[in-house]
Amino acid sequence: MSLSVHDLTITRGGIPVLEGLNFSLEPGRALILRGPNGVGKTTLLRTVAGLQPPLSGRVDCPPESIAYAAHSDGLKAMLSVTENLNFWSDVFGRKDISAAIQAFDLAALTDRMAGTLSAGQKRRLGLARLLVTGRPIWVLDEPTVSLDTASVRMFADAVRAHLQAGGSALLATHIDLGLSEAEVLDVGPFRAGPNSTVPGGFDEGFL
Amino acid sequence: MISLLIRDLKLAFRAGGGFGLGLAFFLIVTVLVPFGVGPESSLLSKIAPGILWLGALLACLLSLDRILALDWEDGSLDLLATSPLPLEGVVTIKALAHWLTTGLPLTLAAPFFGLLLSLPEPGYPWLVLSLLLGTPALSVIGTFGAALTVGIKRGGLLLSLLVLPFYVPTLIFGAELARRGAEGLATTTPLLMLAGITFGVIALLPFASALVLRVNLR
Repeated sequence: MSLSVHDLTITRGGIPVLEGLNFSLEPGRALILRGPNGVGKTTLLRTVAGLQPPLSGRVDCPPESIAYAAHSDGLKAMLSVTENLNFWSDVFGRKDISAAIQAFDLAALTDRMAGTLSAGQKRRLGLARLLVTGRPIWVLDEPTVSLDTASVRMFADAVRAHLQAGGSALLATHIDLGLSEAEVLDVGPFRAGPNSTVPGGFDEGFL
Repeated sequence: MISLLIRDLKLAFRAGGGFGLGLAFFLIVTVLVPFGVGPESSLLSKIAPGILWLGALLACLLSLDRILALDWEDGSLDLLATSPLPLEGVVTIKALAHWLTTGLPLTLAAPFFGLLLSLPEPGYPWLVLSLLLGTPALSVIGTFGAALTVGIKRGGLLLSLLVLPFYVPTLIFGAELARRGAEGLATTTPLLMLAGITFGVIALLPFASALVLRVNLR
């Protein structure tokens, strides 16, 4: 269940942003992506998650092994916390959501509508979704936004437990989670040069 | 799949879900038409099948941009695309949920609205049958339009313009079936055409919708 990326070039809006990326992620390890805003971290994560095709290079990972969490949590405001989690656990073919509720301390909120939660509580619910997917590779985009220090610790514990259970995680984050298993990859040096153009791209004039 | 359907139905029935929007619009159209064209019942009964079909079609159109746009805005569409559910299944379920909350209530309410337009008596079963056969096509075609315009802010206008031409055959044969039924004429040809269009789009369009959705999610 390892993820590897070979000579990857990715584009945002038709323009290459990162090129020549190579890394691999073994079970039990975490890789933290760093880099200035706009360098292409989100685009890289979306490419790894299979939401968009790379311009060149390839992403090797077993099918249906990635749990992706984006900037937005995908919560339905008019469903309760339990209903939101139950929906995702049904989609991923799993039954038990109690571990996820416990890991992110949502027990007191189970009957509340997701729309009435605070920003940090919503984020915790969004992260709890990762646990109900049961997928081995977590691909997380800024998972700690709007979390307080206690919740960040809660999240770091969840990631650590996931790694110890043989999972792996690819994160874009700017804060230190205190994960000893984590390596840091600065994507800044892989920024695509000004000369790199889209091969055969005849719509450059519109970009 | 079933859980996605249940979630969508729950959301439609809860506050702000938009269930009843189409029905209320349908009611408004059928109540206002007699005021507009005059209370002459011979004229009304002549135009009733067409007005009812037009009302149902526009009522369907009204709620199309909610099919995928809400899931796009809160990010659940990205998460659904990375989930084990195939996107073809997701768009089919979305269309089904739209039909259950819009097309089916319209079909069931149509006889009462037909009364307001003094639809001739033999027309009622044909009206219900034509809507029952035709409205699923409206939902499936509408989902395709929604997939094409997802991610465009205020894409509702573009969506309506894109979808309307595709609605024309369904409207023509649906209204024709209801009219011929009401006047006691032979109904086989429009019935078969309407059913053919509906089953054709149900079989083919989900693949196209999933394809354009994948492109739009990039």
